[in-house]
Amino acid sequence: MIQLGKTLAEKVWDSHVVRRATGEPDLLYIDLHLVHEVTSPQAFEGLREQGRGVRRPDLTVATEDHNVPTDLLPIAGEQIKDVVSRTQVDTLRHNCKEFGIKLFPMGDAGQGIVHVIGPQAGLTQPGLTIVCGDSHTSTHGAFGALAFGIGTSQVEHVLATQTLPMDPFRTMAVNVEGELPAGATAKDIILAVIAKIGTGGGQGHVIEYRGEAIEALSMEARMTICNMSIEAGARAGMIAPDATTFAYVKDRGYAPKGADWDAALEHWRSLATDPDALFDREVTIDAATLEPYVTWGTNPAQGLPLSARVPDPASYDDEGERANVEKALAYMGLTAGTPLRDIPVDTVFLGSCTNGRIEDLRAAAAILRGRSVKDGVRMLVVPGSMQVKMQAESEGLDAVFTAAGAEWRSAGCSMCLGMNPDKLAKGERSASTSNRNFEGRQGPGGRTHLVSPAVAAATAVTGTFAGPADLS
Amino acid sequence: MEPFTTHTGRVVPLRRTNVDTDQIIPAEYLKRISRSGFEDGLFSAWRANEPDFVLNKREYAGADVLVAGHDFGTGSSREHAVWALQNYGFRAVISPRFGDIFRGNSLKAGLLTVVLPEDLVETLWQRAESDPQSEVTVDLTAREVRSGDLTAAFELDDYTRWRLLEGLDDIGLTQRHEADIDAFEAARSSFLPTISAPAPVT
Ligand code: SF4
Repeated sequence: MIQLGKTLAEKVWDSHVVRRATGEPDLLYIDLHLVHEVTSPQAFEGLREQGRGVRRPDLTVATEDHNVPTDLLPIAGEQIKDVVSRTQVDTLRHNCKEFGIKLFPMGDAGQGIVHVIGPQAGLTQPGLTIVCGDSHTSTHGAFGALAFGIGTSQVEHVLATQTLPMDPFRTMAVNVEGELPAGATAKDIILAVIAKIGTGGGQGHVIEYRGEAIEALSMEARMTICNMSIEAGARAGMIAPDATTFAYVKDRGYAPKGADWDAALEHWRSLATDPDALFDREVTIDAATLEPYVTWGTNPAQGLPLSARVPDPASYDDEGERANVEKALAYMGLTAGTPLRDIPVDTVFLGSCTNGRIEDLRAAAAILRGRSVKDGVRMLVVPGSMQVKMQAESEGLDAVFTAAGAEWRSAGCSMCLGMNPDKLAKGERSASTSNRNFEGRQGPGGRTHLVSPAVAAATAVTGTFAGPADLS
Repeated sequence: MEPFTTHTGRVVPLRRTNVDTDQIIPAEYLKRISRSGFEDGLFSAWRANEPDFVLNKREYAGADVLVAGHDFGTGSSREHAVWALQNYGFRAVISPRFGDIFRGNSLKAGLLTVVLPEDLVETLWQRAESDPQSEVTVDLTAREVRSGDLTAAFELDDYTRWRLLEGLDDIGLTQRHEADIDAFEAARSSFLPTISAPAPVT
């Protein structure tokens, strides 16, 4: 029998198998467990009920992100007004203290969205297995880590054993060939991929993004792509680590140093997919044909290029699909045939674990510099972490945003999911750099259109969907 | 976890596809720190805003097998979606395709999720719509769904089936392999990151 090569995902998987037995899932070791306030309280409670401890607090780190208000001055110990939110955050603090887990609380310089702080601290490294009770854990795959979201029962499992019983994933290659044209970004690549393969297209798979257009991307852009793997139904997304990856990780707080760095580098270089490895599925996209994307419906696959029009339900052959599109348009308050560029927005949200990093803020600020947010439009800029916030302020980006009329906030998930006070009102429409346009995601009755930071900024200026090229 | 062997109940026909976990339970309900009492959040937007929504129809009150369109439970990893369905009274969900994380969560928590092809889902919908009193049996022992003259086999791996039939605690099962975990840890590379943690305070 010919032994074929292995994919990146298979290499990382195989090197973490603690135990393999026929007819049972593999028992996988977890190198890093990220914890936040929303999906952990019941897991810690479960440990207490069973008299179990946390096996490796030194491989576990926690942050406060989903609930935190972003309009307060980030003062340590600041009280959250919403009592239920406050209880949840206090519960995390209490649990971290009881079990000896490092926590980045509100007001701490290390605080931020869980998927922003891991990479910035240098904790996210190639070849690791990383889990978090959050589906966008796929973000960390940009470094060549196998990173996936888990439920609360599994959070408890990892806390107790530092392992997870897992059935192997299938593998899928998404090849993005060619060069991305000016004005199109990583966000447009991933929205185009999701529109192509659908919300269930990656189900049961780990996606590896490959090809020239991917190799040319910065780490932050790669994170935007891997982040939204879950929106294509995939559990994880990965990109082979390369010189760009190594340069990003080097010298960060938790990055290996000295001889450890050399040993790590040697290991990381061995991770790329072997040339003779086979994927269970392959999809190819030509980056050169991409333009800025906007979603028009209520799932992330319902997206089109900015130059398109709102689709006509009658053009769908499948009856179920037609009904879906009709329902989505009714919810979104859109009429078939309307050019996307003619749709007015009320709110622009720049932030989230998809697009709340420094490069995203720079891209938006470059467009807003010397321009203003259109009258009647509200723009919120929410950095993904306190460190991003401080970096942006040191570059004067906050002044650009506030001069343009946008609100400059402190770090958190904010309007990505409307668990804190930042919400859309019923019927309000947003251009949002986040990752989900589900009904009510940004507030009950709110209407979300997913876009890149560049499109968000241009849209804030014109008040209707626009790309940077539309501005004079 | 309570064992699941076989369950017979009436069907709630949810004729919708791509029902993401934000629809199953919106974020505002996730602030609670308990594991029960999430039934009020189940499909709360649809229950509040759509008088015709299937759970608002009296004839489906008490029905506890949910039959939904493809891509049920996509999106957020929130296990609260599983708890909300269970707290509301559902014992099993049938769909042609589930979101991966939701599926994993459901099988950990003892809510049986069954994959059946589109045409059988359509048949179950039609039967429940024409006769809301008709019953369906979800038999994990035989890995079959039965409804009147219809018998459909479904797939579920032996290990998960065994765990559900016995109602076993996954963590307890893993802890039987403590020695393997110790051995794996002893061989981990020194360059891997660790976080110096504060001492526990009890
Ligand atoms: S920013 Fe949004 S998607 Fe990301 S972790 Fe927070 S809530 Fe989830």
